[in-house]
Amino acid sequence: MSEAREFKYIGQRTIRPDGYDKVTGRANYGADLSLPGMIWGKILRSPYAHARILNIDTSKAEAHPDVMAVATYQDFPHVSSETFQGGEAPTDLLDLAKNILADDKVLYHGHAIAAIAARTESAAEAALSLIKIDYEVLPPVMDVADAMKPESPVLHDDMFTQGLEETPDTPSNIASRMELKKGDIEAGFAQAEVVVERDYYTPTVHQGYIEPHATTVSIDEDGQAMVWCSTQGHFDVRASTAKLLNMELGKIKVVAAEIGGGFGGKTTVYLEPVALILSKKSGRPVKMIMTRDEVFRASGPGSATRSRVKIGAKKDGTITAMQAKLCFEAGGFKGSPMGPGCMTVFTPYDVENMYIEGYDVVVNKPKVAAYRAPGAPQAEFAAEMALNELADKLGIDPIEFRLKNAARKGTQTVYGPKLKAVGLVECLEAAKNSPHYKAALGENQGRGLAAGFWFNIGGQSSVIINMNPDGTGTIIEGSPDIGGSRASMQLMAAETLGIPASNLRPVVADTEHLAYNQTTGGSRTTFATGMAVIEAAQDVVNQLKERAAAVWNVTSEQVEWVDGVAINTAGEEKLTAAEICKGAERTGGQISGTANINARGAGPSFAVHICDVEVDKETGKVDVVRYTAIQDAGKAIHPSYVEGQYQGGASQGIGWALNEEYIYNEDGIMENAGFLDYRIPLASDLPMIDTVIVEVPNPFHPFGVRGVGETGIVPPLAAVATAVSNAIGVRMTDLPCSPPRVLKAIQDAG
Amino acid sequence: MTKTHVTTSINGEPVEFLCEPGDTLLNVLRNELQMTGTKEGCGSGDCGACSVTVDGRLVCSCLVLGVEAQGAEIGTVEGIESKDKLHTIQQKFLEHAALQCGICTPGLIVSTKALLEENPNPTEEEARYYLAGNLCRCTGYDKIIRAVMDSAEVMRGEA
Repeated sequence: MSEAREFKYIGQRTIRPDGYDKVTGRANYGADLSLPGMIWGKILRSPYAHARILNIDTSKAEAHPDVMAVATYQDFPHVSSETFQGGEAPTDLLDLAKNILADDKVLYHGHAIAAIAARTESAAEAALSLIKIDYEVLPPVMDVADAMKPESPVLHDDMFTQGLEETPDTPSNIASRMELKKGDIEAGFAQAEVVVERDYYTPTVHQGYIEPHATTVSIDEDGQAMVWCSTQGHFDVRASTAKLLNMELGKIKVVAAEIGGGFGGKTTVYLEPVALILSKKSGRPVKMIMTRDEVFRASGPGSATRSRVKIGAKKDGTITAMQAKLCFEAGGFKGSPMGPGCMTVFTPYDVENMYIEGYDVVVNKPKVAAYRAPGAPQAEFAAEMALNELADKLGIDPIEFRLKNAARKGTQTVYGPKLKAVGLVECLEAAKNSPHYKAALGENQGRGLAAGFWFNIGGQSSVIINMNPDGTGTIIEGSPDIGGSRASMQLMAAETLGIPASNLRPVVADTEHLAYNQTTGGSRTTFATGMAVIEAAQDVVNQLKERAAAVWNVTSEQVEWVDGVAINTAGEEKLTAAEICKGAERTGGQISGTANINARGAGPSFAVHICDVEVDKETGKVDVVRYTAIQDAGKAIHPSYVEGQYQGGASQGIGWALNEEYIYNEDGIMENAGFLDYRIPLASDLPMIDTVIVEVPNPFHPFGVRGVGETGIVPPLAAVATAVSNAIGVRMTDLPCSPPRVLKAIQDAG
Repeated sequence: MTKTHVTTSINGEPVEFLCEPGDTLLNVLRNELQMTGTKEGCGSGDCGACSVTVDGRLVCSCLVLGVEAQGAEIGTVEGIESKDKLHTIQQKFLEHAALQCGICTPGLIVSTKALLEENPNPTEEEARYYLAGNLCRCTGYDKIIRAVMDSAEVMRGEA
């Protein structure tokens, strides 16, 4: 894709095909399936943040007449440490098992220990108290800085830091260390005339999807299982469940229900394997639904981080060196997004000398999961805050400062490849030219700006397009649709086929109807599954041309396909897609296009956000009064849902910056595990969120698409915190900028 | 535990059900009556996904007992459209792309209808505060508020 082209269907704001079911209540989500004979499963969870399990006695529960099955870690067939693709990131099988049902240790408050299935939900809940567990309570480790100290209690006796030149012989909470560098960092700082160096903190936050994790599972006498669940990746639910229970993949069908939000948090399994154990043991279908409290305490939040960033520049604004130490909390098991954090932290900038080190550290909190651009918001928050401070010190406008150092085509990344065509400069220019950036500020108001980067991924997608005898078609894809992607698939197929989008019905198939599809994550779906849709649609076009050629007794090369019509270039005849499909029985049978691809060339997406806040200096309360999100989409297939991604990312980032945090007491117990006290943005908290779609086409996608889902959560943390800093004249370094923290900053500054 | 027999009206149709005294209206709707359009996001009245009306009053059905439906008129998302025609609010949510995952949508549509019945001409701020009990994590509310304001305008024209 090299130049701008005219599209007939792409770019239209069509009504999403699944929308009707969603506005009427007909759409079926994770908790909405009930089966005949179904019973209910519930999970017993640890009352301690850190403890050894000495004994589990389930005998009383098993003897209770309402109880139909009990499960513990002992019900997993033997699992060993083994890395496999079980979601968005590689997963350690043993950690996964121990996180789902604890073995000999509980590592966070709410850690699952045992499960009960009973005739009713309330009976299952009541029976949990019949399980007796003896604990040896251990001191909890609740902060990454404490966890890294040599004298800290150790969560795992067998954890020896990986990634050091020599693996240590004493265990610690540091699972691994990594390092990325380019150029000569010392020389870079030697050239600098102005340097900023600061510590930053971001708290544990939750994705906050409104739908709790839920599943309904059944298994027949032949061992054939059906798993219905709320997931971003049903093929990876199948892989994880099969691995944990030592089953063949073909023995498990996973159906992806409509999903009520995920943001990365539904890329792993918690309930599904447990429900399957309970179903096997009871011989009954089993339904399990997490409560909101369980979702907060025991699903996978986003990492808290402590970072130190140092940046040096010349007086003319040329950055000479960028250095970061990024410490990520992984929760009870290794596997924080330290890697992507280190890889993204400085990628918006073309700077010769960089040095980045990352630490993956276990603490007594839930095992973290992916959260929208995992690792990037935390890392880039620190970098962008330091950059804004440096711009102030240099007396340079933050946009001009970034333009002077912006990454562009050919910039060498610190993690390997050179960037291809990217749109950061275009986003910065759009910010500079926006009415928002030129508008005056009122009293007690401040403005902040920040850039953001996320790689995006491609990966495996499988698509079938079946044409019906009347010329309509069904697009069968395998990417759970989390934000309107079916509408995009419809438009891309329509564009390729020349058939109206409304004649093409997209459906998300279960694991038995398609080859493997990677999890919806990494902003891959519209890019990668979209590529598969285009390829399958092209396959259909080729077949339609061949059929027309057969009718006309010409070669298919002599047939042109224009706007859904075959044209005989050797004659005058035309045949529409519908006419060819109607006669397909006589020209060779059914017409069906397929594509099985491993998509490469995902285009990175850059964004620039501008935020104005107003601070009540008596209470520390911050109101966002104006917000603009500017981001490169490559090509917006359905602009409304692209804008929706920008707005949603901005909103989550605003929540992260202003209010959201896990608050723990001294025993390591979360004190705000509910939406009343873990306050995500409400309608009354936000202004309209203005969007600008920048389109710098991705050269590796037929229509120029870049993933857009994740980048939008990266800039808000620093944009908002900078705006607050500018409003109160004190530099905020720790999130969230909640009223108590802002008030304290104002008072300390006196 | 002995179940209680409840006679009620849901979306204008007479309904009878049995429930335990502690069952919430939400659980009755979803598990006894298979009316799963009403969603559960929190079970504690904080998210609004389970919004319904009881005798015209907007409530979280997770905070109402099933037995409280006795003799009452219950309105759920399933009763918003008429026959095969979407309500203006539903149509506007679709046109404005005011949903992404859609789990909050039934509650928001029920709440928006209640808002516009109370106040056919709300300001943006009034709409934002009325709907502050309906959490949406996907959209940032921008397109929702636009759909609500557009619905209000169209419905004023219809009235």
